[in-house]
Amino acid sequence: MSATVVPTANSTITPVRAHRRKRGDARTAFFFLLPNGVGFAVFTLTPLIASLVLSFFAWPLIGRTSFIGLQNYVTLFTKDTTFRSAIVNTLYFVAVYVPLNVIVAMTVAVWLQGYSRSRRILRVIFFVPVLTPLVADAVVWSLLFTNRNGLIDSIIHTIFRVQGPEWLSAPQWAMPSIIIVAVWQGFGYNMLLFTAGLHAIPETFYDASKIDGASRWRTFWNITIPLVSPSLFFGILLTVITSFQVFDLAYILTDGGPGTSSTTIVYWLFEKGFNDYAMGYASAIAWVLFLIVIVVTGIQMRLQRHWVFYES
Amino acid sequence: MSAPATSGAKRSRPRRTLSNVGLAVAVCLLLLPVAWAIGTALKPEAEAFDNNLSSFAHATEFSNFVTAWNYGPFGRFLLNGLIVGAAGTALTVTTSLLAGYGFARLHFRGRDKLFFLYIATLVVPQQVLVVPMFFMMRDLGWINSYQALIVPWAFSAFGVFLMRQFFRSIPLELEDAAKVDGASHFWIFWRVMLPLVVPAVGVLGLFTFIAYWNSFLWPLIVINSRDLATVPLGLQFFLSQQGYQWNLLMAGGTISLVPGLLLAIVLQRYLSRGLSLSGLGGR
Repeated sequence: MSATVVPTANSTITPVRAHRRKRGDARTAFFFLLPNGVGFAVFTLTPLIASLVLSFFAWPLIGRTSFIGLQNYVTLFTKDTTFRSAIVNTLYFVAVYVPLNVIVAMTVAVWLQGYSRSRRILRVIFFVPVLTPLVADAVVWSLLFTNRNGLIDSIIHTIFRVQGPEWLSAPQWAMPSIIIVAVWQGFGYNMLLFTAGLHAIPETFYDASKIDGASRWRTFWNITIPLVSPSLFFGILLTVITSFQVFDLAYILTDGGPGTSSTTIVYWLFEKGFNDYAMGYASAIAWVLFLIVIVVTGIQMRLQRHWVFYES
Repeated sequence: MSAPATSGAKRSRPRRTLSNVGLAVAVCLLLLPVAWAIGTALKPEAEAFDNNLSSFAHATEFSNFVTAWNYGPFGRFLLNGLIVGAAGTALTVTTSLLAGYGFARLHFRGRDKLFFLYIATLVVPQQVLVVPMFFMMRDLGWINSYQALIVPWAFSAFGVFLMRQFFRSIPLELEDAAKVDGASHFWIFWRVMLPLVVPAVGVLGLFTFIAYWNSFLWPLIVINSRDLATVPLGLQFFLSQQGYQWNLLMAGGTISLVPGLLLAIVLQRYLSRGLSLSGLGGR
């Protein structure tokens, strides 16, 4: 590409070759891209646009469909009080779950760095929950959350001599219960991500900071965090996107309740779409979710240049 | 706050002990739910809520696992999960490899724009697509079929993105050498590139398989037959039919956790190194 600007010995043949290559590649590229491209067009682009179109219709599963413009959205934001709690609950989940996940993951990743022999097996142990279905985790944890007789409340009672919360059946404890299980299941992924990031930091940085007499805490904030920030950013970005989609735990653990205290956006989407068969309305919920995710991701992309440190 | 870095084995030994104890507690906390579930699964029903540790002494009802296994039927759920996960992973990895190579190494008009379109869909939550996708499955007659579980999610942008990044990290010289010898792109892809991207295939394969294996919302929408249920959906059927007979429920839950544990043991050598960011836009 630069060959056309800088006249070198072989610059005369380069444009010819590049030209021939370009034409030849187009046909080859077609075959390489075809299998994925067709699937991508049919199963990603089409439904994406279709769901936007659907959201402007009253579209029951069986029966007449009719175009109603923005009516679904208007109803969502003015009449649907459950949707309002769904948004609040989902934001609550994201706001508490993401920091907890990231802090636990980073703590464990840094902690295990200090162990040379046992850290490999310990990493695998901490990662195992990621490989398990949330539905199974919810089933297992539901036993621990049982009030009074459950393990958690028994421990609380033994240690503090007070009755523990009613976890799944108390409106204010339903979301925290879900968050606890989600962190338990999910932090291992970020832990492995951060581990690789920590691993890539050259030893010399730490040596230098030791010579300067910096404390561990300062070293962590001034050396480790900046150098691991690309992994940290990537982990946070992905965790935020996925945590907006919280559904499995709310469905199995609390069934969105008690009342609407753990109804999340996707839970409500599922209820509207596949219990009430209000497909247009469900699509409107889907697009609100999508827009929220886009905005939040966009903000994060903007903010990254203030704190993410890329070498070179 | 900022303690001077006093060199000293004296200071670091208690700190080390404290660290070991803390770590042991953390591991116990992590494993406790599973251990408790296994213990409860082995109890007779009447004692399921007896929290005295002594009650675990006669937690020897292995028949609970047999009962749950047969009632599920969990053998079926595991097999379905394996079929769906394996087929979905094979399809995803194959198409992602091809497209990834195309975007990384071929030159054609509009390539970067097309790639941007792919990248842009990375932020689309799966749930945004499920309603039209459900209609699509219905019109194809795919409700209650393996295809419905496998095909729709095998063309995600993530795999293409990951593979492209890996292909780009391979030095161009390798490719040029083969080209001088008159090799075609297909030959280069097959003989030169593929052996080099095995680690990337491993990463993509693992995460694709886990996503299929753990997926719940989509099976819940398109499958209502126990014969086709994957593990999470099967467990949900089990839960709604078995109710809260805790010992059996915990047996079912434990059975559903085991494959993940086995996978971790098999892959421990790779997992223990951490997930390398190379190729994930970390550079």
